[in-house]
Amino acid sequence: MEKVFARTKGLTDKPFHYCPGCTHGIIHRLIAEVMCELDILDETIGVSSVGCTYNNYEYFACDMVQAAHGRAPAVATGIKRVHPDNMVFTYQGDGDLAAIGTAEIIHAAARGEKICTFFANNAVYGMTSGQMAPTTLLGQVTTTSPFGRDADLQGYPINVCEMLATLPGAVYLERVKVTDFKSIQQAKKAIRKAFRVQQQRLGFALVEILSTCPTNWGKSPAESLAWVDQVMVPQYPLGVFRGADLEVDA
Amino acid sequence: MNQRILMKGNEVIAEAAVRAGCRHYFGYPITPQTEIMHYMAHRMIEAGGVMVQAESEVAAINMVYGAAAAGARVMTSSSSPGISLKQEGFSYIAGAELPAVVVNIVRSGPGLGGILPAQGDYFQATKGGGHGDYRNIVLAPASIQELYELTVDAFNLAERYRMLTMIFGDGTLGQMMEPVLFREEEPINRPDRPWAVTGTQGRREHNTVQSIYIEADDLEQVNLRLQAKYHEVAAQETRYETVGCDDAEIIVVAFGTCSRISRNVIRQAADEGIKVGLVRPITLWPFPEHILDQLSQKGHVRAFLDIELNSGQMLEDVRLAVNGRRPVHFLGRMGGNLPTQKEILEKIREIAGRS
Amino acid sequence: MAKVEFNEERCKGCGLCVPVCPKHIISLRRDRLNSKGFHPAGVEAMDQCIGCTFCAVICPDSVIEVYR
Repeated sequence: MEKVFARTKGLTDKPFHYCPGCTHGIIHRLIAEVMCELDILDETIGVSSVGCTYNNYEYFACDMVQAAHGRAPAVATGIKRVHPDNMVFTYQGDGDLAAIGTAEIIHAAARGEKICTFFANNAVYGMTSGQMAPTTLLGQVTTTSPFGRDADLQGYPINVCEMLATLPGAVYLERVKVTDFKSIQQAKKAIRKAFRVQQQRLGFALVEILSTCPTNWGKSPAESLAWVDQVMVPQYPLGVFRGADLEVDA
Repeated sequence: MNQRILMKGNEVIAEAAVRAGCRHYFGYPITPQTEIMHYMAHRMIEAGGVMVQAESEVAAINMVYGAAAAGARVMTSSSSPGISLKQEGFSYIAGAELPAVVVNIVRSGPGLGGILPAQGDYFQATKGGGHGDYRNIVLAPASIQELYELTVDAFNLAERYRMLTMIFGDGTLGQMMEPVLFREEEPINRPDRPWAVTGTQGRREHNTVQSIYIEADDLEQVNLRLQAKYHEVAAQETRYETVGCDDAEIIVVAFGTCSRISRNVIRQAADEGIKVGLVRPITLWPFPEHILDQLSQKGHVRAFLDIELNSGQMLEDVRLAVNGRRPVHFLGRMGGNLPTQKEILEKIREIAGRS
Repeated sequence: MAKVEFNEERCKGCGLCVPVCPKHIISLRRDRLNSKGFHPAGVEAMDQCIGCTFCAVICPDSVIEVYR
């Protein structure tokens, strides 16, 4: 028998600290697998942000920099401008990217900064224990919206891909999910395409990955995947928002 | 070739940075330092470098953080309100032990304040500013020639100690023109940077640049290492200038623009038979406390006079150094006003009992 | 001929691999505990495994290796 699936060399041997069933682990593995398959692990520099993934510099087997809350796109800009031939990515959550770091992500996209951003959207602040995020759905109960998010009081969720799609510098934007075998394959294809866009110096690329937070959602891991499919996807439709016609996989 | 050129202070800083090997500049416009950006916008292109106009000072300092982590000689510049925004990044740069040069052409505050010169950011620059136990090296030039030389030194100090090094100027220095003599070539001796993120290139384990340590013992060790480094910097890099202190009865303590005005008053006081000396701190941190400590124990020194463009910030450090052995008087102007020679002379006469 | 191997020490017992198995042969092993206190996932009827990798692909902790 031949080994047809093994832990990727793009990850270090350190066990993830994430809660049981948290999909950060799947997303990490996909990024790491793509780095290995494109043979870019030894030229890639990643940027960790603030939130549950603050220490994923311990998990990716490439060079990593830890950034302040929301600033990963600016930090990545600094790195990329020094090493334009290296691959540079940020890994950010929804609080980090869509609240405190809104200016940084918009302007990195507007500049067409040649970096990739992997944006895990789970509609909640995980690390700080379940507060309302910019992407929290209307009606969703969080520790800071205990009666459910009310548009009148707390406004509306931000659809990041749609917002960035108005910017010519953002050449590739896709929203994916990781709730089943097929969607995980699609997410991996999107991550691969984002790196290829960067390799070809086409501009800024962002993949939004709908993610889970069983702990703060108060759901089992399996219920959480179903919640993504049934509740999140209607608000955050999957698909390519820019760059559908880019041919980069050749 | 070695001839003096008449240049504006802000442009000298930018030219000095390029000559010191800086090829990455990240900035955001703010008066009265914007000429640094203007100069960099064309000079960096000529030099094959990078100038990015960021979306904010916060973004600019985080670009600096990234570029420094990547191993580059990197600089940003701003003025007081913008420097406040950069404090977050300063703290992270200190925590991650990255080398970076920051220019603060100080204007008057608080708040949006005004665009005229001040030294009201002394506390912010020397006592931390951002969160946590850290220090920056703070250099206070007093002439255009010194702006050039200290800017070059700032890059070397930053890399030697892996610390943020700040050029602390004020609107007067940034805006005024004086002749400057550039050396033909700057010797650039950069230390190895095995910690930098460059991609592993398959030759080493992966590097991480971070300031977070969740375990208390780990973080205490990091802090102890930082403090040991700061003690070394204080021992090795404290700089100051003294003028006529050997027999002075009154010692003026002033830096930057205030020291220039004070220098002229020393001659006028001497004409009146009052012996006045000057201690000019060149490093605001580390503060030259040792010389003040020594002078305060000399029999000929009767009093100190601290002169600043603020309400008395360095004054606290002067008093700590003098430690109650002599009276420490203060003269300060705010809002963008400068003390006149006449004002200073009158204060000296008053202290000397000649008024 | 196929088989899966679970790194039981690293399994957090989240159970995401259980429903995706087309042969329904994965379960959380109530009779076992790893050092973190989780009941790890495992397979008893390994002869029915078809090596489809569905379990390994959904596993957030990369604890599953697949052979075929």
